[in-house]
Amino acid sequence: MLETRQPNGQVITGSVQLIHAAGMHARPAVKLTKLAKKFKAQISVRASDTADWINAKSVAKIMALRAARDSIIEIEASGEDAEAAVAALIDLVATDFPDTGQ
Amino acid sequence: MNDMVGIVIVSHSKDIAKGTADMVRQMVGNEVKVAFCGGDPDGGLGTNVSLIIDAINNAWSPKGVAILVDLGGAETNSEMAVEMLQPERQNLVVVCNAPIVEGAVMAATEAASGSTLEQVRAVAEELSAG
Repeated sequence: MLETRQPNGQVITGSVQLIHAAGMHARPAVKLTKLAKKFKAQISVRASDTADWINAKSVAKIMALRAARDSIIEIEASGEDAEAAVAALIDLVATDFPDTGQ
Repeated sequence: MNDMVGIVIVSHSKDIAKGTADMVRQMVGNEVKVAFCGGDPDGGLGTNVSLIIDAINNAWSPKGVAILVDLGGAETNSEMAVEMLQPERQNLVVVCNAPIVEGAVMAATEAASGSTLEQVRAVAEELSAG
């Protein structure tokens, strides 16, 4: 699910269900962080609508997210490539963190 | 150039050093140079300055090298190894104050995006800052 909200400063938001069997453990956290870092946009995520937003480019914080299987990951990004960043991160989570061979 | 900070793992145990390096390669990927050393030359537990120097040179990158260590002697011997490097390399090597496994994985994750040595060190040390 990708929504573009343009009025308040080009914030792109999206959400995706975490289908990974073990939730957000170390390996998915590394993959998510590495992917987030490929974009210039500021990217934040949270695993519940009451949690604080955390920086998607901080591997320590993403590992500490402790998102359980089936939780909804919300993603918010701003900046020039924000839309591509949110789309790529949604795809990564939705496809269950495939090995990209790198 | 997309040079990346290199990672060196120094443990008293060669098995731990190798296992940590394996985790970094599998979890982060092969794009970051990772070198490790552990144990003394006789096969016992310990760390050895000349092996650490070799590891630093193997992981060398123009962006520098971040070292992750386990207990006491690993840190002091790593500092000694840094002091014995060529002078122009000494300022490009840091010993991180971080848990060896977690620090290595996080430092390598940060290094993979082309971050500076200081950024890599800060991310590894985020774990012990809390």
